[in-house]
Amino acid sequence: MAHKNNTALLVIGGSAGSLAVVLKIIPLLEKDWNLSVIIIFHRKASEETTLAEMLSTRTAFNVKEADDKDELVPGTIYLAPPDYHVLIEREQVITLDDSEKVNFSRPSIDVTFESAAQIYGNKLTCILLSGANADGVEGLKIARSRGAFIIVQDPACAEIPYMPKEAVNNVAIDFLLTDQNFEVLKNILNR
Amino acid sequence: MVSHDIQLTDTELDIILNDLLELYGYDFTNYSKASLKRRITMLISNDRFPSFAEFRFKLRHERDYFNRFIEKVTVNVTEMFRDISFYKTLRNDIIPVLATWPMIRIWHAGCSTGEEVYSMAILLQEANLLHKSLLYATDINPAVLEKVRGGIFPLSQMKQYSENYILSGGRKDFSSYYTAKYNAAKFDSSLGKKIVLATHNLVSDSSFNEFQLIMCRNVMIYFDKPLQDRVLHLFYDSLEMLGYLALGSKESLKFTDINKHFTQHENREKIWRKIS
Repeated sequence: MAHKNNTALLVIGGSAGSLAVVLKIIPLLEKDWNLSVIIIFHRKASEETTLAEMLSTRTAFNVKEADDKDELVPGTIYLAPPDYHVLIEREQVITLDDSEKVNFSRPSIDVTFESAAQIYGNKLTCILLSGANADGVEGLKIARSRGAFIIVQDPACAEIPYMPKEAVNNVAIDFLLTDQNFEVLKNILNR
Repeated sequence: MVSHDIQLTDTELDIILNDLLELYGYDFTNYSKASLKRRITMLISNDRFPSFAEFRFKLRHERDYFNRFIEKVTVNVTEMFRDISFYKTLRNDIIPVLATWPMIRIWHAGCSTGEEVYSMAILLQEANLLHKSLLYATDINPAVLEKVRGGIFPLSQMKQYSENYILSGGRKDFSSYYTAKYNAAKFDSSLGKKIVLATHNLVSDSSFNEFQLIMCRNVMIYFDKPLQDRVLHLFYDSLEMLGYLALGSKESLKFTDINKHFTQHENREKIWRKIS
């Protein structure tokens, strides 16, 4: 029987320097966990779309670049496509959105944290990683106010500390992810 | 990002959608709720309404504010030659087939400010087909159609558009298509003279012609699945046999039963051909 995870949706947001951390997080996910994952990376539209393939070699979850109106299925990682924001509908379906950039970013981490928080509330876990821009911080505040579990990479461990530092300074954090406590993260996600 | 003091609730959204339908005849009930809530919350915040009630009052009682609502809530972000591989396929594979028809009719459904319409006009002119083509450009929002008529786009975008144009197979000097004036690039009027403009609401209006190509890219992402299905049937009814339907790079026909009448282009670009 599948686990009944407290977290139904995990949203990971990262910018410069975050890929290496994601590559350490996604091997923790186990096939029978009852949660879906959305990853928002800041990346350019011109970049090749081989990222999903690369990620899929590191995890038991399925990995796909999100298409419009994809259903959020447990055991799947949805990668935000370049040049689209990712929104979540009440029916747990993804809507892609190509409206104006937010924090100079599309996809924007803020947009997905906020949208996911409205639908998932305390069934949402957010992780904000390394980056050079404050995207994600406002979204974490909103997610926090809706009961989401908030995880931020320890700025001291981040390749580019600006983004997690802004988060730590402005939002109450539930768990600080360091280079040493990935096993604890696994337990949190599996509760 | 603006911190929203007022976050629109589902009930409030339903109230607004009812008002729009009853008072203005615009049916947004099958638009993506997540997107609508976000856009309306941003509008309430940007226009500094102290409460939802005041926002609703203004929307109900001022036609001008309704026009602003349409402009701000519908998304009007578009580019010239967006998605290089898509435009390469149009240029190399699709346009040569269109050339075999005596008269080419193309529908840009939800054309917004017209960047894709002008991209198409350039492709057709370079293939020496523009003289026998008509480009129907329609949108729900009359304000954006005025912009299409002008053929004037921000000069600041031209570097990016020129790059897109070259990477998608364009061989000319892109700047030969426009005249720069202040911050604007005014496109050659010869490109605009085959463009026919009309307001058209994909939700409520029906088919108005038959086309060999319908372009509707990143428009239906703002609709829910049932409305996407309805619009795809409308496109089916508006396509000639063996005509093409082009969608955005993350859109598909997988949620509609009409897909059995289409076959996707062999290189997996988001272009489908009506085969039955």
